[in-house]
Amino acid sequence: MADMKTREVDHISGVETTGHEWDGLKELNNPLPKWWLYIFYATIVWAIGYWVVYPAWPLVSGYTSGVLGDSQRANALAAYEAGMAERAQIGEQLINASLEEIQSTQSLMEFAMANGRAAFGDNCAGCHGSGATGAEGYPNLQDDNWIWGGTLEDIHLTLQYGIRSGHDEARFGEMPAFGRDEMLDKEQIAQVANFVASRAGATPDDGADLAAGEQVYVENCAACHGDDLKGMKEVGAPSLMSNNYLYGKSVEAIKAQVTNARNGVMPAWAPRLDPATVKSLAVYVHALGGGE
Amino acid sequence: MEEGFFAAFLVAIAFACLIIAGKTYDQVMAFHMSIGSLAAAAGAFVIFKHYFDGRAPAPQEVDGKPNYSLGPIKFGAWAAVFWGVAGFTVGLIIALQLAYPVLNLDLPWTSFGRLRPLHTSAVIFAFGGNVLLATSFYVVQRTSRARMPGTIAPWFVILGYNIFIVIAGTGYLLGATQSKEYAEPEWYADLWLTIVWVAYLLVFLGTLWKRKEPHIYVANWFYLAFIVTIALLHITNNLTIPVSVFGTKSYIVWAGVQDAMVQWWYGHNAVGFFLTAGFLAIMYYFVPKRAERPVYSYRLSIVHFWALIFLYIWAGPHHLHYTALPQWASTLGATFSIILWMPSWGGMINGLMTLSGAWDKLRTDPVLRMMVVSIAFYGMSTFEGPLMSLRSVNSLSHYTDWTIGHVHSGALGWVGYISFGALYCLIPWLWNKKQVYSLKLVNWHFWISTIGIVLYICAMWVSGIMQGLMWRAYDQLGFLEYSFIETVEAMHPFYVIRALGGALFVIGSLIMAYNLWMTVRHGEAEEADTVPAGSMAPAE
Repeated sequence: MADMKTREVDHISGVETTGHEWDGLKELNNPLPKWWLYIFYATIVWAIGYWVVYPAWPLVSGYTSGVLGDSQRANALAAYEAGMAERAQIGEQLINASLEEIQSTQSLMEFAMANGRAAFGDNCAGCHGSGATGAEGYPNLQDDNWIWGGTLEDIHLTLQYGIRSGHDEARFGEMPAFGRDEMLDKEQIAQVANFVASRAGATPDDGADLAAGEQVYVENCAACHGDDLKGMKEVGAPSLMSNNYLYGKSVEAIKAQVTNARNGVMPAWAPRLDPATVKSLAVYVHALGGGE
Repeated sequence: MEEGFFAAFLVAIAFACLIIAGKTYDQVMAFHMSIGSLAAAAGAFVIFKHYFDGRAPAPQEVDGKPNYSLGPIKFGAWAAVFWGVAGFTVGLIIALQLAYPVLNLDLPWTSFGRLRPLHTSAVIFAFGGNVLLATSFYVVQRTSRARMPGTIAPWFVILGYNIFIVIAGTGYLLGATQSKEYAEPEWYADLWLTIVWVAYLLVFLGTLWKRKEPHIYVANWFYLAFIVTIALLHITNNLTIPVSVFGTKSYIVWAGVQDAMVQWWYGHNAVGFFLTAGFLAIMYYFVPKRAERPVYSYRLSIVHFWALIFLYIWAGPHHLHYTALPQWASTLGATFSIILWMPSWGGMINGLMTLSGAWDKLRTDPVLRMMVVSIAFYGMSTFEGPLMSLRSVNSLSHYTDWTIGHVHSGALGWVGYISFGALYCLIPWLWNKKQVYSLKLVNWHFWISTIGIVLYICAMWVSGIMQGLMWRAYDQLGFLEYSFIETVEAMHPFYVIRALGGALFVIGSLIMAYNLWMTVRHGEAEEADTVPAGSMAPAE
């Protein structure tokens, strides 16, 4: 290995060097640590054992399948089938039961609530929030204010087909963009916004002409939002007497909505989730506290 | 002849880039080709200037001692400091973005998706790469007692490599990417790196060829394995066909699960050969040098070198858990990871045991302490890695922050600390200073960044295991217990702690940059005739 004549003994460790030297660096001629070597051998033995037991080496076509015949894919499929079979029975009952029956049958209700909670977290929370309290543009599902109705049937229908979702059965209603489409001028929009704000409990601008605003309201808005400002669920016109305005309740926010009219979209879930899950979601959302 | 060759090559590159820059409709391409053209023209100009100034080539020896080529090493060392601070800072920014998404600023250039590859490439390839280039040039010359071949070639390697870094980094920010993790740069940057890398291999081999020592030192085996394997990995994983010579976009020749396998064969061995073999080479030179002790075991170094080289290359498939990868590939890869356990630890044993007889130096020398702690982190992450490759552990850890914690115990602890240790040795040696400007500041750097690393990896372990457990939690009826957003919410405090750890690491690196700068500016000069503590001493 080394030049015998240059070997020397390191005086600190008492071990001989290999006799090489580079830039002042030398090497001791220590043997491999025994524990290191034996663990190394043990890992090789373990690996060979593993190859015998599990699928491991590729062959020309196929692979060594291992003596246990273990297949991750088969295991996963079997677990999936077992899970689905377990749920099939109660899922069937859920589909056949009416929404009211689900609410009054304890076993169905427990299942629907668990299913609804899981499905809500992964599908609805993104917009409505994990606590279902909504955000600007996304309705709060915990309150009593339901734009398209808050009965079990209403919620189920909204969930199935969505709002302005493009689905044939979708709920549809559209607020006109009064400003952008030049149906009202800026002054009229300011007047009506102040009128609505004053009635809804927000603060109108100082010196706003509320009477003129009421006139504009009656001529342009009342057809959908109603003379009493309480809205009309059939066309999805929200109550303007509510505390929860979808796009904000200040005079500025109302002006913006009257001018450009944002019309938000909720997706149709019937084409995406199985019927038992959509039904479970209806029951779950209804139970959140705001259901009618 | 060397001058003529490089001048002709650079002039050709300058013209080719100019033509592409002029013809392309792709703004990123135009920008990159302009950089390429300017850099090549500047290089050619310097060569011409030196030629017409009639500069004599540097002598191979002065007074019977090798006249080492130090300029490119000095450049590489400072490039490493610069890119290190920059890369760590970008890491801190993206850590804060994860905790506070508003910091994405709603701008494409500053979004997490673009800054994340900027961070990984800056720390691995820019910081790590420059440390490897600088130290390998230094170590191979000194342990071969020979000057690197060529005057321009080593400069071409170090400058060419840093041009690649600039092209890659600006490309990420502007949205030019192959979307292959750790191999994001597009085809033209890959081609350029290939040329630079071949030049690097030739310079390295040329120095070994000229060596005046009968044997090749162990550090050079590791450097050579790193250079050769990275070339192979880089080329195979970047076999792309550009849509047009005048555009940035290209498509990889591999498809489907084969593409995934090639990608993670590359990705894992970037860890194995760039971040492990390369930095083990640094350890094998700088630790015995600083400790002034012989390497513990020559036999161990041979056995663990060959075992590491042979085994690492198989171990990539665990990156593809929860994908279409066949089960046999996954088990085969995992078993090689387990066998790799001891070969990895061979490096740790050889590093730590080299300290026997010099342990007392840890009390007085924070530079050595930093390198010893880096070896401890190396041992820890190479123990953890094989366990994480096992399917049962991987099914919990995969896609979670546990992986991030694991990577950073290796990256901050091992790669970071061994590099800092090497820079604290190398910069005084290169500028003929007795010692680094302030050992006290090294001590501060050590403790601040150690606290940072501990905060970082503990936060990620807790967050990762929690995340994995939350993902797989079911209620009695078989429904998922937690929605995805709830798991994200639960991780927030750990993201804040991680960012704090990262901030401490950045502060440490700034202290180092200041200390190294003051070493060059105000360090106490080495007296001409004495032999510095870790240098000259010509072999008898």
